[in-house]
Amino acid sequence: MKKILTKVITDKIRSAYINSCVIADRDLIALLQKAMKTETNKRARNVLKLILENCRIAKIKKRPICQDTGMAVVFVEIGQQVVITGGDLEAAIHQGIGLACREGYLRASVVEPLSRKNTGHNAPAVIYTKVVPGNSLKMTVIPKGFGSENMGQVKMLKPGAGTEAIIEFVTESVKKAGANPCPPLIIGVGIGGTLDKAAILAKEALFGIGKSSKDEILIRTLEQRLLLAVNKLNIGPAGLGGKNTALKVKVKTYPTHIAGLPVAVNIGCWCHRAKTVII
Amino acid sequence: MKKVSVQRSEKNSIKITLPLKESDLCKLKAGEEVLLTGVVYTARDAAQQRMAKKLPLNIKGAAIYHTGPSPSKPGEVIGSCGPTTSARMDDYTPVLLKKGLKAVIGKGRLGDTARKAFKKHQAIYFLAPGGCGALLADKVKSMTLVAYKDLGCEAIYKLKIDDFPVIVGIDAKGRSVYR
Repeated sequence: MKKILTKVITDKIRSAYINSCVIADRDLIALLQKAMKTETNKRARNVLKLILENCRIAKIKKRPICQDTGMAVVFVEIGQQVVITGGDLEAAIHQGIGLACREGYLRASVVEPLSRKNTGHNAPAVIYTKVVPGNSLKMTVIPKGFGSENMGQVKMLKPGAGTEAIIEFVTESVKKAGANPCPPLIIGVGIGGTLDKAAILAKEALFGIGKSSKDEILIRTLEQRLLLAVNKLNIGPAGLGGKNTALKVKVKTYPTHIAGLPVAVNIGCWCHRAKTVII
Repeated sequence: MKKVSVQRSEKNSIKITLPLKESDLCKLKAGEEVLLTGVVYTARDAAQQRMAKKLPLNIKGAAIYHTGPSPSKPGEVIGSCGPTTSARMDDYTPVLLKKGLKAVIGKGRLGDTARKAFKKHQAIYFLAPGGCGALLADKVKSMTLVAYKDLGCEAIYKLKIDDFPVIVGIDAKGRSVYR
């Protein structure tokens, strides 16, 4: 059994949230540099140059990479042998987000949905909790900007629709989004489960962009086909044309019902942020 | 090249001052890279909703920037301040252009009605680089609150910008950079 204090959780969330907003992930920078090498469209290259320069300035000046420091989405994996003491787990996470907002000069973008009243501290976060074997606590924080989040889609395809229909749906979603979500994009695709499960899978697909899917060849092939299809759209960086509409497409699947094929697309902007901490 | 107000900088961008001059309005073409210097007013979703009903400032000839900056750190002029998706303001843009607005800075494609309004009212839509708020913050020299303090980051601020990099998204002939 392992005891974890809620104040440690709050502190880890605080620093992870600030760092993810200010320091661009190494894997993301590598993908952007690769795009810079392959891009032939002059205007697109200029945009990529500005993007990389922006990341450099953000890191040096400790300024958010993008002013939209998102709504925080936190995925928590709690080991079965972990005991959380000192308070409420969810409250500890919300508190960490609030502290990050104040101390890191992040934007408070969270409002009550109907009154549109700002909560003032960017909390609450959207939290997904999973209980897993083991004695550690793993938390992934995604500051999700809404320029890209607004462009997400879910569709309940017919069970026999197959890969072609999935590719068509994803491509159409990206095409419809155009320049709005700040391409080049990181695209998460969730396939299977139920309506809600597919959407969560699509969000989960957005972390660990440096790693390739270890799963079966079927998923890897689909990811490659999706990336090719999306990059043929010629939306390009900032939507000004070019080969690099997406930097990465990641797919996550879950078994589904004989009567359905739920598919969700969650779009991440070029400034996709995610940070994982393990206690 | 006839007019003096248009000059090529070493980076091949045209330098333009705000508020826009009549001569610049005619000259700028969709797709051109421009460095903007002068005054802009920030206004996005919540502020524009109010502005469409009653204007808290004179926008004749003015430029509006679709942004909601992150908070300024001590000793800094502004926080991160990149553009937000302008299509969300499509209902308000033609109203504001009709009231004399001459330039909009934002990001993304606009709907057809909004695009045509730029031609009808002889105004320009500039695209700022999305997600580049840290870099753009360096181009802002001052920031003062103008109206709607209660809206926080969505309040209207007057910004003095200097060599702020943009691309002409829609020109006064209604031509768009997006195909």
